[in-house]
Amino acid sequence: MASSARAPHIVGVGQSAYTRWGGIQDRSQFRITAEAIVAAARDAGLPVSAIDGLTSFSNDSNEGPVMQAALGIPDLRWSAMVWGGGGGGSCGAVSLACAAIESGQAEVVVAYRGLCQGQGRRYGRAAPTRTHGSFIAPFGLFAPPQMLAMMVQRFMHLYPITQDHLAEVALSFRANANRNPLAVMGDRTLTKEQYLASRWIAEPLRLYDCCLETDGAAAVIITTAERARDLAQQRVEVLASAHGSGAGWSTGPLGSQNMPDDTYASTNNRRLAKELFASAGLTPADIDVAQIYDHFSGMVLMALEDFGFCGPGESGDFVAEGNIRHDGGKLPLNTSGGQLSEAYVHGVNLIIEGVRQMRDTSTAQVADASTCLVTGGLGVAPTSAILLGRN
Amino acid sequence: MALFPETMPRPEPDMDDAPYWEACARRQLRFQSCGVCGLLRHPPAPICGGCHSTEVTWVTAPAEAEVFSFTVIHHASHAAVADNLPYVVGLVTFPGLPGVKLVTNITDIVPSEVRIGMPLTLWWDDIGDGMYLPRFRPA
Repeated sequence: MASSARAPHIVGVGQSAYTRWGGIQDRSQFRITAEAIVAAARDAGLPVSAIDGLTSFSNDSNEGPVMQAALGIPDLRWSAMVWGGGGGGSCGAVSLACAAIESGQAEVVVAYRGLCQGQGRRYGRAAPTRTHGSFIAPFGLFAPPQMLAMMVQRFMHLYPITQDHLAEVALSFRANANRNPLAVMGDRTLTKEQYLASRWIAEPLRLYDCCLETDGAAAVIITTAERARDLAQQRVEVLASAHGSGAGWSTGPLGSQNMPDDTYASTNNRRLAKELFASAGLTPADIDVAQIYDHFSGMVLMALEDFGFCGPGESGDFVAEGNIRHDGGKLPLNTSGGQLSEAYVHGVNLIIEGVRQMRDTSTAQVADASTCLVTGGLGVAPTSAILLGRN
Repeated sequence: MALFPETMPRPEPDMDDAPYWEACARRQLRFQSCGVCGLLRHPPAPICGGCHSTEVTWVTAPAEAEVFSFTVIHHASHAAVADNLPYVVGLVTFPGLPGVKLVTNITDIVPSEVRIGMPLTLWWDDIGDGMYLPRFRPA
């Protein structure tokens, strides 16, 4: 545990505009990522030259040392990335930053991600290479919606989870996006009828069960409690952070699906969740609002169970009772619209929304919210999560 | 005729999994197990996660399998499957082979009739150039 003076706090957030994939063609992905970092520094009231650490994840091509040179950062003291594909490492990038801050190896660390699917590749399409790809591509298992559909299928086989419960996730998050002018789907409403009429992508997932394919970049700045005290924004404490994986997950569903039988239909977070809450001295009942990585609606239901907001198999009833809605829910989720309806910035946009909730600046603000769970990508390896607190 | 067209991606054997694919070319489905402690593993890996031996043996799978999970794919994420929609990708397990799960296709069935737990039987799909892939149909 860090001494209180070095307790990590998020002090700045920055982002590009979010667009549908291909929407950002006049500026490079690297440029909008650099701009997001500069915006985060301005938000914090820090000069960019104060940054001495850079973290990212998911084999981010916006390389840290190249970013250092581009931004004129004089001294880099922490340069690290979480292994693995997918968005599993989004909160892990924050956990790396916290490790540097708490240990004294760096003072001001930026966790960032830039992802323009119009400039790289669309994530709904087959990737040219994948670890263990020989064991899946010749069988037509090409893209994450198909891969994670297999986990959701088994989850729905084991427990009383129905299409109506998946729909509730998609519809709740869209309603939140409709309050958020920055959301890609901000002005597009979604009805239950439209949801049920939408095409299958990979059963049991329909179009609206799948995250958006977008262009965007996002960054958050972490520093010590002591330094945070004098900055521009209300500081937001990182009460706990963790990343890791259970045994035998290898590359999980993004590989050859050889997770252990008994954890196959899970988010690969059961141990991590227990340790995260214990580290902060909190329980799931203490959490006021959460931003749960919503690559696919069914995975959000699994996360409600794995993080202890309800028991195994109870997530369907939990959402059917209105608990994840902004209006009156006891655990409002993904209040910016999430990745189903705001943007898919590999989860860094969810971290930013968690910070907004702790600053009272969300467009779907939860009254008196003082704690927020944010998760990284679910059901991959490694996974990650952070707990944020108003301070 | 092969299940998918010639433009479908093919296995690309590497140093760690080549024996698996060499067996497939002989229409033999064989999984790797540790040569010392017998722990099964898939996909093939160069070292045992239990005892850390690098000795390996190969265990022939039974022709019977069971659906552990599946998805019915309706969207062509690769041009090669455009004429195959919808198709079923299954994850199957084998009696007596704990720890092994295989991604494959479930064929010769109306996709809406596939169920978890359904018994399956192996067939070999000739994808040309001397390579065969293990696929399954209802038993």
